[in-house]
Amino acid sequence: MADMADSADVADQAVNGNHTGRSNGHGDWRTRLRPLEGLAAAGGPVSRIGGGLLSAAQDLGASAAGAAAHRVRRRLRADLDDRDPDWLRERLPLLWLLATIWFRGEVRNLGNVPEKGPVLLVGNHSGGNITPDTFIFTLAFSSYFGIERRFHQLAHNLVVTLPLSGALVRRGGTVAASHGNAEKALEAGAALLVYPGGDWEVHRPSWESARVDLAGRKGFIRLALEQGVPIVPVVSIGGQETALFLSRGNWLARALGLDRLLRLKVLPISLALPWGLNVGDFLGHVPLPAKITTEVLPAIDLGEEFGPDPDVDEVYGHLTRTMQETLDALAAERRFPLLG
Amino acid sequence: MRLNESIVVSAPPKLVWEQIAEPSNYLHFMSGITRWEVEGERRQGIGARYRMLIRVGSAEVGGLIEVVEWAPERDLAWTSVLGVDQRGRWRLRELPDGRTRVELRYSYGVAGAGLFGWIAERVAAPSLGANLRRSLQRLKRLVEHERLRAEASRRRAERARSAA
Repeated sequence: MADMADSADVADQAVNGNHTGRSNGHGDWRTRLRPLEGLAAAGGPVSRIGGGLLSAAQDLGASAAGAAAHRVRRRLRADLDDRDPDWLRERLPLLWLLATIWFRGEVRNLGNVPEKGPVLLVGNHSGGNITPDTFIFTLAFSSYFGIERRFHQLAHNLVVTLPLSGALVRRGGTVAASHGNAEKALEAGAALLVYPGGDWEVHRPSWESARVDLAGRKGFIRLALEQGVPIVPVVSIGGQETALFLSRGNWLARALGLDRLLRLKVLPISLALPWGLNVGDFLGHVPLPAKITTEVLPAIDLGEEFGPDPDVDEVYGHLTRTMQETLDALAAERRFPLLG
Repeated sequence: MRLNESIVVSAPPKLVWEQIAEPSNYLHFMSGITRWEVEGERRQGIGARYRMLIRVGSAEVGGLIEVVEWAPERDLAWTSVLGVDQRGRWRLRELPDGRTRVELRYSYGVAGAGLFGWIAERVAAPSLGANLRRSLQRLKRLVEHERLRAEASRRRAERARSAA
């Protein structure tokens, strides 16, 4: 779900990309209607009426495209006030029921998160577009520290811009993944959950369930250094058993140009309920009731552990190694798939 | 949802009260409790605040609570300030034979959570109820053990005095 990108303001690039895409679409729309313009200019009251309608349709099309682009832009720039703590509080029982009955979720050592102040929670990401580890952690965090403590999650642009589910996740505290949004959240004193592996890691094949793959993305480390906040690794297992993930389909995404158009580096292929063969996972799926176990590791103060000028690669190596060791231990505990 | 459990402790209310009035004891005898810390200056009495958490299913739930009733050796009640809505009450009553009936009442929920809140309260009830029962059994063991130790200590002191 979430994706912490390296570039300084990827969201803005994405917005421009989307905007350009829509403008082009609008241009095509006008081009397609051009023969009708000629017809309208041919004279007569009927054709004048036709011309008027055409012009109105064009204006309507242009304003609709403009409004949609504005909405997307607004959703990609984090408005931290979109998070609604009361709404979230009232949804905790539903989340608790799902986490407890369906996923038998277990979040260990939440006490490792510093009691106060901004903190960067860095997780491995599992479960395709329906990521149980995210909402189980959100439930655990909100129950443990109280909904009064500001907690945000970074997510892929598509997640926060979708018409219905986008509104829901934004009320839950999710913002579009970008350096700017992350800075904004940390400056507001929030605990911020990021999944550097993003869509690359979340769609890894099920047989790589016990592998941490942050895809070499290190922007989150620079962010923690700039903001002077500690990093708390969060390691989960079980999400990759909620469907049979077969391939990331990165070759398919490239072939269809989705990487440039929608920032989608993958077009995952899986066997999932209720679809059977599920390509893209755009509509999500019904996750199998796999047990989800999450372990929160001790906070890493980068300045204290790596000196006054930490080397980003060294921090990345240390962090991924630590997370992998924990994931290995969680995998070793697991006796059966799904059952845990 | 309200839960109510009780037990008879073979000790006077004073000894039971000593255990339940001291916040640092809660982590020892309350089952499922993962946190019980004093918040603020006041440790005991009306207005004392504690940050508490209890493991229920997939989450540790609780929040900030405040003591709202404090009648030594009889009643101690608290209500939630932050976190899930909760009210709790210790009710101690002396029986004619000198023992104490200890009642622990606990009501909880999330206001405004609707149908799912109603279901979640009922799903959580068996494990919460079991935790309350275990807590009362532990409290009983703790208090009765303390009473035995106190009596043994008193006897030792008497023997020492008579020997002298």
